[in-house]
Amino acid sequence: MSLDARQAKPAASVAVESVLGNKEKTIFQRLLSAQSFWVTIALGVMVVVMSILQPEAFSSWDNFYNITRNFAFVGIIALGMTAVIITGGIDLSVGSIIGFVGVATGVMLQAEYSWWLSSLVGLSAGLLVGLVNGYLVAYLNLSAFVVTLGTLSIARSLAIVLSGNKMLYEFGPDADIFNWIGGGDILTIANPVWLLVVSTIIFAIILNQTAWGRYLYAIGGNEQAAQATGVPVQRIKLQAYLLCAFMTAIAAVMLTGYNGSAINANGTGYELRVIASTVIGGANLMGGSGGAYGAFIGAALIEVIRNSLIMAGVDSNWQGTFVGSFIILAVLLEQVRGRRRD
Amino acid sequence: MPVLELRNISKNFGAIRALNGVDLSLDPGEVLGLMGDNGAGKSTIVKIIAGNFLPTGGEIFVDGEHVQFSKPLDARQKGIEVVYQDLALCNNLTAAANVFLGRELKRGIGPFQFLDHARMIKKAGELFVELKSETRPRDLVVQMSGGQRQAVAIARTRLTEPKVVLMDEPTAAISVRQVAEVLDLIRRLRDAGHAVVLISHRMPDVFAVADRVAVMRRGSKVADKLISKSSPEEVTGLITGAIDVA
Repeated sequence: MSLDARQAKPAASVAVESVLGNKEKTIFQRLLSAQSFWVTIALGVMVVVMSILQPEAFSSWDNFYNITRNFAFVGIIALGMTAVIITGGIDLSVGSIIGFVGVATGVMLQAEYSWWLSSLVGLSAGLLVGLVNGYLVAYLNLSAFVVTLGTLSIARSLAIVLSGNKMLYEFGPDADIFNWIGGGDILTIANPVWLLVVSTIIFAIILNQTAWGRYLYAIGGNEQAAQATGVPVQRIKLQAYLLCAFMTAIAAVMLTGYNGSAINANGTGYELRVIASTVIGGANLMGGSGGAYGAFIGAALIEVIRNSLIMAGVDSNWQGTFVGSFIILAVLLEQVRGRRRD
Repeated sequence: MPVLELRNISKNFGAIRALNGVDLSLDPGEVLGLMGDNGAGKSTIVKIIAGNFLPTGGEIFVDGEHVQFSKPLDARQKGIEVVYQDLALCNNLTAAANVFLGRELKRGIGPFQFLDHARMIKKAGELFVELKSETRPRDLVVQMSGGQRQAVAIARTRLTEPKVVLMDEPTAAISVRQVAEVLDLIRRLRDAGHAVVLISHRMPDVFAVADRVAVMRRGSKVADKLISKSSPEEVTGLITGAIDVA
């Protein structure tokens, strides 16, 4: 390209190297500005304090096993929720998907089908709800809040109808293996925890290293711009809801195995804990930000707080108050940080 | 041979006639200022060239080849790039990510394709240097000035070697100092051999940078002449209708 000397300004002499070498922030500065970093610090402080206050009960292996298993289910779903929230959407139906998938799987097991076919039917039931959510939000442009509020009601109702409002627990010939998948452990770590760790790594790669992941952020940042530059916005949004439903369905199948039974009320209120985890981990409900590690660490923090409150002798009925307060606090924090950025 | 030629283009929206037999041609390395009042048909022309609308009648030629654009991607593949008025940038992404949005560079095997961050940052940095813009590829767009944001949107059009760059009101919402920066960017596009269509309300900008000016009024082209043979007063008259045709 020929450079027009008349138009050249002093700044024109910048070389490629100086532009590329000039990083916006150092890695350390970026770390300090990440919400998930501070949540990790908070988690560390909680663990240290609890280990001093309750050395035997809190820092036992059994308690570690319990805490990690408890937040694994929420964390797995929070990963899928993160994909949806990054696009600027929300999925309120995850709790009901848990109930619906559990009952669908349980009905199949009770009819003495194999563990894998039953699980497959369960996963399909979850994907079906995800498909409805995604299609209505992405292609018919309906509000994600309203659509998933609708499927929250629909999926729960289907679970009740399908189960005949009974508990399903006679899981047939494959009961042992099915219950092990969700309730067992490998190398003394609970199976769902392994799944959470592997999923977090996969999600981190998808979100940061693939075009698909980048499109989620682009849609959340400026949907019209993404459309104008050739991002297949509708398809990506549909896939985000499918992914969220898929992660929820996997968690639901494992949760059913862990419980050794399926009841239609399973997963009630989970949407709140899942959304709280992603938001505490740094996802912005307005879209455009969030990450895999944030979902993981957010879920962990909520569970450690819950566990600590129980150990501190706080009535478990207070849990909802704490979880709710943390959501508001996290959003408030985001607001304050956002204001400082501008 | 003109790089872009519109022949007798018309466009109806229901009973409303937005464009009425418009001819327009553009040579390589030429900056054409497209002016007109609100509703004169400027945006409609841009959207037809960019592939957002199909014309009701008339033909479009790119490098002498008859073309039909049914979607923006078609136009882009023929070497027509658009800088939208709102720039179509994602504030939460970096400059490099915005430049490559929808056209990411990837590496990997088979279905496992990963973003090639290093190559995209390097290429984006080179484009910014070519545009003589102090824009850093790793900066988030949200932190940038209006001029830098323009540079990102313009760098995007230079990923391929576009024949025509359409710029829709690039100086409408930025400060005076940044306007000068954007006009410099337009001159660099021209110097690199790209034809530029500058859609603008601002008379001084068009007279500072364009070689030729076309004026639209009520869906028809009422003037098309060299900047050196016109004057802001004449163009104002043409836009408002005080002068009928020129």
